[in-house]
Formats: sequence, structure tokens, C-alpha cells
Amino acid sequence: MAERERRGNPPYGGSFVARTRVMNREDLIRAIRRMAHEIIERNQGLADVVLIGLQTGGVAIAGQVADDLADIEGSEVPLGKLDVAFYRDDIGIRPVLPEEVTDIPFDIDNRTVVLVDDVLYTGRTIRAALDALGDYGRPRSVQLAVVVDRGHRELPIRPDYVGKNLPTRRDELVDVHADGVDLGEIVK
Amino acid sequence: MKDLLDIAPLGRAGIETLLDLTDHFVEVNARTIRKVPALRGRTIVSLFYEDSTRTRLSFETAAKRLGADVMTFSVSSSSVAKGESLRDTVKTIDAFGVDAFVVRHSSAGAPHMVARWTDASVVNGGDGWHAHPTQALLDAYTIRSRRGRLDGCRIAIVGDVLHSRVARSNVEAFGLLGAEITLVAPPTLLPPAVSTWPVRVAHHIDHVLDDIDVCYLLRMQLERQAQGLVPSLREYTSCFGLTADRHRRLGPEALVMHPGPLNRGVEISQEAADAPNSVITQQVAHGVSVRMAVLFRLLGSGQQIEAVSEDL
Repeated sequence: MAERERRGNPPYGGSFVARTRVMNREDLIRAIRRMAHEIIERNQGLADVVLIGLQTGGVAIAGQVADDLADIEGSEVPLGKLDVAFYRDDIGIRPVLPEEVTDIPFDIDNRTVVLVDDVLYTGRTIRAALDALGDYGRPRSVQLAVVVDRGHRELPIRPDYVGKNLPTRRDELVDVHADGVDLGEIVK
Repeated sequence: MKDLLDIAPLGRAGIETLLDLTDHFVEVNARTIRKVPALRGRTIVSLFYEDSTRTRLSFETAAKRLGADVMTFSVSSSSVAKGESLRDTVKTIDAFGVDAFVVRHSSAGAPHMVARWTDASVVNGGDGWHAHPTQALLDAYTIRSRRGRLDGCRIAIVGDVLHSRVARSNVEAFGLLGAEITLVAPPTLLPPAVSTWPVRVAHHIDHVLDDIDVCYLLRMQLERQAQGLVPSLREYTSCFGLTADRHRRLGPEALVMHPGPLNRGVEISQEAADAPNSVITQQVAHGVSVRMAVLFRLLGSGQQIEAVSEDL
């Protein structure tokens, strides 16, 4: 969603046209459920675990992961959302406008922060998110959960939890939405 | 958008984009670390030809919280004292390599001239009696944050409208956002063209008190009495001051606003200034966030900014 909104609308140009549905609604629900199990397994429970969804595509996914975690473990994890616009490395090059206001209504010091996003691509958004987190506190560790890893990393960043590894071309676009995941391109 | 010189060219959509952006900087300013690296490596000059503490500090705080470098130019310690023209001063500073000028000047239109002489962005920090756009934006933001929206909001602007750039910019901004504005002033302190403005006019504060959501008091510049525009400050207060009694009549829901500095006991009473419905200190706090939004919008959003604003 975030990627589609950011890249699929003017001034990036054109509109997104889906070509292939690579995950349907059930695939998506199962993948998110599995990532929730992996988060619990890796952290041996949910003590000190907090979830932070990246604006805007990661926010809905983080909400679903939080629901699954509560369902499996029977306890609520703190849930926040982070907009990284002011930490991006392309400010002044491309139009950067933030979307929703950051809301982290809890302390992240000495917590395990699980960043949640819909699509992992160049890694630049995650780089910005790591910088932003540093201004909110000092987590004990930061982990990364993404629904789709589409490759083409430009920075040494890797995810801890992946819904689906999806080989893509650079000119393609991945759209994660409530009914699944589509692969397509921008038509100008 | 290269410059912010005036409210009108922004239009309603442009104002709302800036107010939405301000929400993000209010969040930044509520953190322990009140700083983002958005304008790192950019240089912003405050070029103030008129005394101002709060506006200059507010802009400089905003610039620093965006990670920009700030140069301060004050007339008293510069070559302006040696007779250098505004144009030469701007050209000289421009040659250092700067990204934005924040200009305050006692002559209306000075920031517009500066904008023609430089490729850097120019923000009007107040020019003569003409305009003070960032004050209008922070006032609109303050009302919006308390009331949700300005549409249909009944706002009285009370005092020396004639000599007030704040009043001019606020009438434009509040009007574009759909508020109903009443100017309350003696005929000697209203501009001749007021009949062409989208406002109503009253000549006594008691005539509007029961029907307003916001009571915006302008500073009564004490030298106006010497010019014979008001008979006496006591008489001004008796007709236009928000006294304790009038403040009680206003009710707890109506907001009390003032651009500062306050003349307590003249246009505003102690009780009104410090009451729970007075948002005067919020105005100052929002000033930093609004100016961060303006600077970020001008310097931080890349070349294709117009395409974004059309889309919003």
C-alpha cells in the first residue's frame, strides 16, 4: 500500500496496474500468522516485545500481527506507527511528504522493537526507520518483519521475518492490500 | 512553491497542506529529542530589519530542529549601519550560498523584492503593515487544534486593524478556511478599504461578545494615542479591552488569542490572559511547529513539489 501510494501516484507518475496475484487473501492471513509464531519463537515469548508499523503500508500489517500475537499468547503487545519521511535520504531530490503522524505511545528503551512493513525493496526506508528509532530511545534490539521481500537491496539490511520472497524486476511494483498481494507495473 | 510571501497565493488547499504537515512537527516537538535531520546541510538566514525577539527565535528554533544551519543578521551590528542597501546586503549573503532567507522589514513589500534578487527561498517574517503569513498559519493551526475546523467559526479580531499586518494575514487565512470574521475597532483604526474585505465591522466589543467562538485581540501600540487615533488608553480599554467582566461573559468555550507581546490591562486583562480558555502560549508553541512545516515545504520537498500540491 505504501509503495503503491508513494510510487503509483503523481508526481511519480502513472497508475498501478496489477498483472499477477501472487498471494490471495488466505495466503496473506497464513503468512502473517506464521510470522507471529516466528516472533514468539525467536523471542521466547513476548516479554518486552513491541510492534511498530511503518507508515503507511506497514501499519495495517502490524495491526494484524498484533491481533495474531494476542490470539496465540493471550497478551497484548504495544503497537505503534512510525513515519520516516523526515529521515529519508532523498529529501530535496524527490518530493517527500509525510502521511500519517508518528504515534509511539510507549517507551522503547531496552525493548525488542519489531519493525513491520509491507514490502522490503531497497532497504532505504528501513535505514531511515532505524535512524528515527534512535530519536525515540535505545531499543535492546530491532527486528524486521515484512510481508514481501522483493530483493534489489541497496543497503546491508536483511529481514528477520518474511511472508514471501518474491523475485521481481526493478520496473515492477508489489502491492500488498487486504485481499492479497499483486505484482504489476506502473502504466504511464 | 519557492517563497512564502503572502497567504492568498496558497489558497485553501495550500494552507491545509501546511497545517497537516504541522501535525507531524508538533509530534516531533513533543519528543525528548526534538530534532529531525530533514534539512541537514541547508543554510537559513534570518534577515531582520526590525526588532523582533519571538518571531526570530521561533524561526531559528524551527530551522535548528530541522537540522539546518542558521545565520543571524541583525541590522545594528552590520554594514547596514554603514549605509549598505538591502539589495547589496542580500546579494552579499546570497554569495555565501544560502538556501532560504527569513525577512522582516518595516517596509511593505521588502520580502517580495528580496525574492526577486535571489534564487533562494524567501519567507516573509512580517513586512510593514502588509503581511505576516506564518503568524496567520500558526493562529489558524491553534484554532483548528482546539475546534477541529475553522468552517463557520465566528472570529472577532479586536483592535488596531489599520496598522496590523497580523490582522491582514489573519483575515485572508481565516476567510479562506471558511470562518466568519468580525473586525472590532474604532473607525480611526480601520483601513479605508475595509468595505471590500470579506468581514463584518463593529465598533464596540460588547456588540460581539455573545456571538463569537474566538476573541482575537491585537496589540494596542501605545504610540497610537500620541498620534490622536484614540483619545486615551483608558477609553480604548473601556470600548475594546477584554476585561475580566467581559471575559466572564465570553464563556468558557470561546478561545482567547493574542499575537503578543501583551499589554496587560490595556487590550487584555490579567484574568483573560491567564484563563483556561486563553491559548496564547499554545500560539507561541505552535509557531515553532508551523515554521518547521513552512521551511520543510519550501526546502525539503524536491523539485516536483507543484505536482504534489496539485494532487493533494
